[in-house]
Amino acid sequence: MKKDEHKRLRIDNTKKFYNVVFIDLGELAIFTARVIRQFVSPPYEHRELIRQAYVIGNKSVAMVALTGLIMGLVLTMQTQPTLVQFGVQSLIPGMVAVSMFREVGPVVTGLICAGKISSGIGAEIGAMKVTEQIDAMEVSGTKPLSFVVATRVLATTVMVPLLVFFSDAFSLIGSYLGVNLFESMSFELFMKNAFDMLGFMDVIPATIKSVVFGFFIGLIGAYKGYQAGLGTESVGQAANSAVVNASLSIFIIDLVAVLITNLLTGN
Amino acid sequence: MIEVKDLYKAFGENVILNGVGFHLLKGENLGILGKSGSGKSVLTKCIVRLIEPDFGEIKVLGKDILKMSLNELNEIRKDIGYLFQGGALYDSMNVRENLEFPIRRTQMASNKHEVNERVEQALRSVGLLDAINKMPAELSGGMKKRIGLARALILRPKVILYDEPTTGLDSVTSGEISELILKVQEEYNASSIIITHDMKCAKIATDKIKILENGTFLTEGTYDELSKSTDRQIRAFFM
Repeated sequence: MKKDEHKRLRIDNTKKFYNVVFIDLGELAIFTARVIRQFVSPPYEHRELIRQAYVIGNKSVAMVALTGLIMGLVLTMQTQPTLVQFGVQSLIPGMVAVSMFREVGPVVTGLICAGKISSGIGAEIGAMKVTEQIDAMEVSGTKPLSFVVATRVLATTVMVPLLVFFSDAFSLIGSYLGVNLFESMSFELFMKNAFDMLGFMDVIPATIKSVVFGFFIGLIGAYKGYQAGLGTESVGQAANSAVVNASLSIFIIDLVAVLITNLLTGN
Repeated sequence: MIEVKDLYKAFGENVILNGVGFHLLKGENLGILGKSGSGKSVLTKCIVRLIEPDFGEIKVLGKDILKMSLNELNEIRKDIGYLFQGGALYDSMNVRENLEFPIRRTQMASNKHEVNERVEQALRSVGLLDAINKMPAELSGGMKKRIGLARALILRPKVILYDEPTTGLDSVTSGEISELILKVQEEYNASSIIITHDMKCAKIATDKIKILENGTFLTEGTYDELSKSTDRQIRAFFM
C-alpha cells in the first residue's frame, strides 16, 4: 500500500515537473514572438536603445576585458611547456587566437554577461513589475513590451558580440604577455602568427553564435523579470532564475552552433 | 461611462468578485469601499484588463472591452487614467520624463511645445510644477501620488480610476489628495472611481458610495445616507 502511494506520488511529481517545464517553454516561445514583433512595429525607441546599449556595454566591458586578458595569459602559460617540447612554440599565437575566437571568448563572455546583464535585466524588470510600473505603462496604452523589453533585448543582441570581440582582443594581449614571459617575440610577429591561423570559419560562426547568445541573454532576463510575482522576494528569484537559465542556454546554443557548423563544413 | 455587469473573478478556489455590477455616470465620482482583500483593486484592474475576469461584461464609453483586440484596448486605455497605490512612477525617469512618456508613446501631441504645455498644465493641476526636474526617489509619498495623478491626467482621460489614493499618507496629506481629486474632477470634467477604505477621502471626494463585501456589493448610497445606516456591517466602516 505504502509502496503504491510512493510510486503514485513520484509519478505525480514527474508529471508536475514536465507540465511546468513545457508550460514555461511555451510561454517563453509566445513571449519571444511578441518581443520580435516589437522590433519591427513602431514607435521605435532609439534613445532608450542607445541608453540600454551604453549601460550594458559600460557595465561589462572592464570585466570582459580582464577575463579575456587572463584567459589569453593562462592558455599561453598552460600550453607553452608542451609546445616547447615539440619545438612548435611559434604556434602559440595562432592556437590562442583560434581557441579564443572560436570557443572560449564567446562562451566565457556569454557566461559573464549572463551573470551580470541577464540578472540585472531580470531584477530591474522584476522590480518594475512589483512596483506596478509595468502596469502603469500598460494602462496608459504605451506598450511596455516595446519600451522595456524590446530595447533591452536588442541592446544585448548588439552589445554581446562587441564584448566578445573586446574579450578576444584582450586575450591576444594576454597571450602576447604570456609568450614574452618565456621568450622574446615582437608584437607585430605575434599578431601576424595569430591572424595567419585565423580563418573565415573561425570568426563568422562564432560571431553569429555571439549574436544568438546576446539575444537570449536579454530575452531570458526580460522574461524572468516579466514573470515576477507581486512580492519583493520575487525580484531576487527573477534575477537568480535569469542567471541560471541564461547560463544554461549559453551551453545549449553553443552545442547546437557547433553541430550546425560541423554539418555545414562537413567535419 | 462605465457599465459593469455580473463580473466574476476567482483565483483558484478563492472567489474574489462574485457577480459584481454597477454604472458610472458622466461626471460622477463613485467611491468603492471595502475591507482589505475584498476585491476592490481586482475590480479596477479588471476594468482596464490588467486582470482578465472569468466572465461578465465591462463596457467603457459604450464599448465592450473584454471583446477588444490589444490594439483596440490600447486605444480605449488612453481615455482612462489610473492612479496606482504607490504612484508607480518610472524610477529611471525624472518627473518631466514620467509625464512626457505617455504623450510621446501614444503620439497625443503634435510638437514639443504642446508636450511641454501639457506637462506643465498637469503639474500645475496637482500643485507640483517645482518638482518637474526631480527624480522619483527624491519625492515624498504624497508627492509621488500627486505626480502619479498628474501622469494619469496627461492624456486628458474621460474616466479616472483611483486605487487607494490616500493609503500610507498622514491625515493632512490624505485630506489634500482628497480635495485634489475633487478639483481635478471639476477641472477635467472626468468621471472617477475611487477605491478606498479611508472614510475622510470617501466623504470629501465621492458623490456615491458602494460597499464591496465578499465579492458582491452590500449596499450603495451617499456618504450621509450610509453614515446614518443602522446595519452593523455598514456602520463598521464609519466607526
